[in-house]
Amino acid sequence: MRFMNVVVCVKQIPDPAAPARLDPSTWTLEREGKLILDESDSYGVEMGLQLADQAGGGEVTLVSMAPRNETSGLRTALAMGAARAILVSDPVLGGSDALGTAKVLAAAIRRAEPDLVVAATESTDGYTGTLPVQLAELLGFPSVTFVKKVTVGDGKVHVERQTEAGFDEVETPLPAVITVTAGVVEPRYPSFKGIMAAKGKPVDQLTVADLGLPEGSVGAAGARQEVVSVEPAESRKAGEIIVDEGDAHTRIVAYLEQLKVI
Amino acid sequence: MSTSLSPEQEELRATVERFARNEVAPVIAKLYEQEEFPYDIVAAMGRMGLFGLPFPEEYGGMGGDYFAFCLALEELARVDSSVAITLEAGVSLGAMPIFRFGTEEQKREWLPRLCAGTMLGAFGLTEPGGGSDAGATRTTAHRDGDEWVLNGTKAFITNSGTEITGLVTATAVTGRDHEGRPRISSIIVPAGTPGLTVAKKYSKVGWSSSDTHELAFDDCRVPAANLLGEEGRGYAQFLRILDEGRVAVAAMSVGLAQGCVDESLRYMGEREAFGRRIGEYQALQFKLADMEARTHVARLAWRDAAARLTEGRPFKKEAAVAKLVASDAAMVNAREATQIFGGYGFMNDSPVGRFYRDAKILEIGEGTSEVQRMVIAQAMGLPRPH
Ligand SMILES: Cc1cc2nc3c(=O)[nH]c(=O)nc-3n(C[C@H](O)[C@H](O)[C@H](O)COP(=O)(O)OP(=O)(O)OC[C@H]3O[C@@H](n4cnc5c(N)ncnc54)[C@H](O)[C@@H]3O)c2cc1C
Repeated sequence: MRFMNVVVCVKQIPDPAAPARLDPSTWTLEREGKLILDESDSYGVEMGLQLADQAGGGEVTLVSMAPRNETSGLRTALAMGAARAILVSDPVLGGSDALGTAKVLAAAIRRAEPDLVVAATESTDGYTGTLPVQLAELLGFPSVTFVKKVTVGDGKVHVERQTEAGFDEVETPLPAVITVTAGVVEPRYPSFKGIMAAKGKPVDQLTVADLGLPEGSVGAAGARQEVVSVEPAESRKAGEIIVDEGDAHTRIVAYLEQLKVI
Repeated sequence: MSTSLSPEQEELRATVERFARNEVAPVIAKLYEQEEFPYDIVAAMGRMGLFGLPFPEEYGGMGGDYFAFCLALEELARVDSSVAITLEAGVSLGAMPIFRFGTEEQKREWLPRLCAGTMLGAFGLTEPGGGSDAGATRTTAHRDGDEWVLNGTKAFITNSGTEITGLVTATAVTGRDHEGRPRISSIIVPAGTPGLTVAKKYSKVGWSSSDTHELAFDDCRVPAANLLGEEGRGYAQFLRILDEGRVAVAAMSVGLAQGCVDESLRYMGEREAFGRRIGEYQALQFKLADMEARTHVARLAWRDAAARLTEGRPFKKEAAVAKLVASDAAMVNAREATQIFGGYGFMNDSPVGRFYRDAKILEIGEGTSEVQRMVIAQAMGLPRPH
């Protein structure tokens, strides 16, 4: 197959292991400290690398939007083996909603002329899970979500798509957008050689103006979504303990049936 | 002047931290309890290139340095010391002697597999009759035609009996100089060589997932070409190897000390006594503050020694200082963390219980604390003891 150009969308997020804070004026997550590669995106990066490899020639280009020209998370993905990155960073992008972010990423992705765009199903910090399909719409590409297995050939992508009952097999022409679920591949840990090589890999830093997006169409100004209020999540209720008196299995089955899990 | 890490060093540290948290922490308690060698973890560390960290790419290494290697060891030991010592011994005792003193042929033969972590090397210096006085080696090797013939016993040899152990470098007396003093040399003995017997593994107080055996050489014959470095230079060689290894063990000790801080900080925020979280009691806050301070100072000590080593500056005394203070920090922190955890700290399946069992050996292996003090005193110009 010819050279395959895979774009992987990666989000750089505050370390989930560190305590998180919401900005009390906007109710959005504070992103002041160091940002790291969202673990959900490491699956996309791994899948992109494997696809480029299987194609017998290809490259992964990372596309990310982040505050303050943050590159730490990109470095991690570059160390895993991605060839280059496009980073959009602009103070006007603070307060972006999912659609605004999709517009920015779409503009950046067009520059990379991808055969395939890979994104995670949802990010670990925001969890809207809406961005990838918005992106596909803006790019005019077909999209397939919840992908667990991919093969590429003859200008088409063939995927197995996770469903509640099992999986669907779907085929769609390239270029396309796919979203991968966590756990479908095992992301490699970067080696020190990879880390050192990442140092020299190009990171294209762009602003909203560079992308030619009209002012006011993105960022807080263009956002159509607003966080009105935030409520603490209900604390988890104590579980029910079933003591085995010989009938535990039937009681567990009954309980799961009542939850409609089985 | 800066003691902080470069972005690449920080990326490596964070990668190993993530690896230890995701791949080691969930499985180690069970392996430890069953005294099983962590083959899968070793293979994964091999794929990440950790065994090749300080070696050049031409031999299958990662082109990093000893400082980077120590960073990785600290992060591993923060979660588990058996895994960390397996890497430490594999690199600094298994592969490093061959890299430092081997011929081009020996390097090409052994290093690629050692760097990939698909093979482990061991270093046999200590004998049942003594370890600190390593010059008193009793194992002998004599030339017989094109072969060396080894006889003797080695004690406590790490990584010497795994399924992937490929070689042991043994020190042996190969003759006497004109004053009658023993000439010590290092000889590479491939695993499986007839005459090499690997005894059943020791039952240890700690490091339960690390592999340690006694080795017996009984008319064990290897080709003459297996001599490592110059004949009669073995003593000087292993002194160099041990100096380096001390920096690595210091980094491991800091990892264990940090692990005690991590666990204690978390537990003090959760556990309640007398209607308050125990983290509100100043008696425990001061304990934790001291643990943090001890860890910090010990970390600066190993980083200084490793920086000197990497830059080619003298580091012998600094390595001894780092190992002395870091192993002490590990030991004291393990005791304090166990105290903070109360009864749970005394349980084998708690990380802190494991840290407690793993800390003591850090004051013994690769030179006891007394030996470190001897090295420091001699570096200060004090006379050698008789
Ligand atoms: C789990 C484990 C793994 C090991 N792995 C290896 C390995 O891979 N390869 C290897 O070669 N060895 C290995 N060792 C051996 C280790 O390095 C030795 O145990 C250590 O060097 C101490 O030697 P020893 O046990 O013979 O104690 P000894 O030398 O007999 O010392 C006994 C005591 O006397 C003290 N002492 C000795 N001389 C003096 C002096 N002049 N002044 C004051 N005090 C003194 C010592 O500090 C110690 O407290 C391992 C040991 C263990 C337990």
